[in-house]
Amino acid sequence: MNINLTLLIEMVVFAVFVMFTMKFIWTPIMAALDERQTRIADGLAAAERGKREQSLAEQKAAELLRETKQQTAELINRGEKRASEIVDQAKNDAREEAERILTAARAEIGTEINKARELLRGQVAELSVLGAEKILEREIDRRTHDKMLNDLLTQL
Amino acid sequence: MTSTEFIRHHLTFLTYGQQPDGSWGLAHNAAEAKAMGFWAVHVDTLFWTVVLALICYAVLRSVAKNVSSGTPAKLQNFVEWNVDFINENVRSSFSGKNDLVAPLALTLFLWIFMMNLMDLLPVDLLPWLIEGSELAEFQRVVPTADPNLTFALALDVFALMLFYSIKIKGVSGYASELTLQPFQSKNLVLKLIFIPINLILELVSLVAKPISHSLRLFGNMYAGEMIFILIALMYTTNPVLGLLGGGLQFIWALFHILIITLQAFIFMVLTIVYLDMAHSHH
Repeated sequence: MNINLTLLIEMVVFAVFVMFTMKFIWTPIMAALDERQTRIADGLAAAERGKREQSLAEQKAAELLRETKQQTAELINRGEKRASEIVDQAKNDAREEAERILTAARAEIGTEINKARELLRGQVAELSVLGAEKILEREIDRRTHDKMLNDLLTQL
Repeated sequence: MTSTEFIRHHLTFLTYGQQPDGSWGLAHNAAEAKAMGFWAVHVDTLFWTVVLALICYAVLRSVAKNVSSGTPAKLQNFVEWNVDFINENVRSSFSGKNDLVAPLALTLFLWIFMMNLMDLLPVDLLPWLIEGSELAEFQRVVPTADPNLTFALALDVFALMLFYSIKIKGVSGYASELTLQPFQSKNLVLKLIFIPINLILELVSLVAKPISHSLRLFGNMYAGEMIFILIALMYTTNPVLGLLGGGLQFIWALFHILIITLQAFIFMVLTIVYLDMAHSHH
């Protein structure tokens, strides 16, 4: 075991090495580690906050959805009611219109019948006159038999 | 070369100092090295400690320079793992507040580990690589097997210990710690009688600290190196023993990985504990 100057030199070498390590290695690395620690803590806190916000938003969305559903149901109800109303109205209108058309048609038919009746009546009188002429072989004097003809006409 | 010569050769440092004739130069044998006395240096120890320190520093510095608080790269991750490991140890054993302790522990652990690791190189590899050079005459590559180095480390730690003891507790506080315990008494006469006894006990335990601190590391590494040297001796006998030696060397090297790590760790932990004692009041 030779203890010699090496001991003193190594003491200095060691001291210098420690100082360098402390100043140029430990300090920056610890700073980075601390910074990462705060960043991780921040990140976790942010995640927690995000989670809370998400649950809040979900709650809000559910509420909104429920409200919307309610409104939609109301709207549909109202729409259905309105539709049935419109259908009823249309039915009524149609019925009225039909009745009106029917009445008009009936009236027209009545006038047509009367017209036809009048025409027929004239023609029957004429035919009767013609027939009577044939039977009597002579002309019936329209003026003298007018009364009789008119009576005949009214009887038809 | 006999076995004794081989072992003696491997236990001699490459010593630079003053020759008997007054000129300065490298010693050519163990006796010459011894004759150089205190004013000589172990060139191999100095060289390897500085080289290993520079390697450690360069690797750590390359990380520290570009250190990012984001996702760490592989090397940064490894270094951070080391730093975290040291930091955990310091935090659990050191109760005071001192920014020096953790970097000191990191330096000690990595540096001692690197120096111990040199033990795993085959004993004759490096001398063989530089064969023919004057430096190859003696070459001990495990600096921790040199008591000069282990004492240097322990003495630096010891100096810090004394410094902080006095700084934290004051001269009188530290003096009372050395004199007023472990034997205590309320009686003034008894107290005076106890003072020298306490002082002797405390001084012994104080001095024992750096000695045991350094000798533990030195002893372990020296013994480990010695076993490697003895195993290396087997290669020079005959092929069968040589082959056996190869197996033994491998097994011992595996086992030694545990020892070198453990010794580096123990040295570091003791340093932390000693400094913690210097910081805490009894």
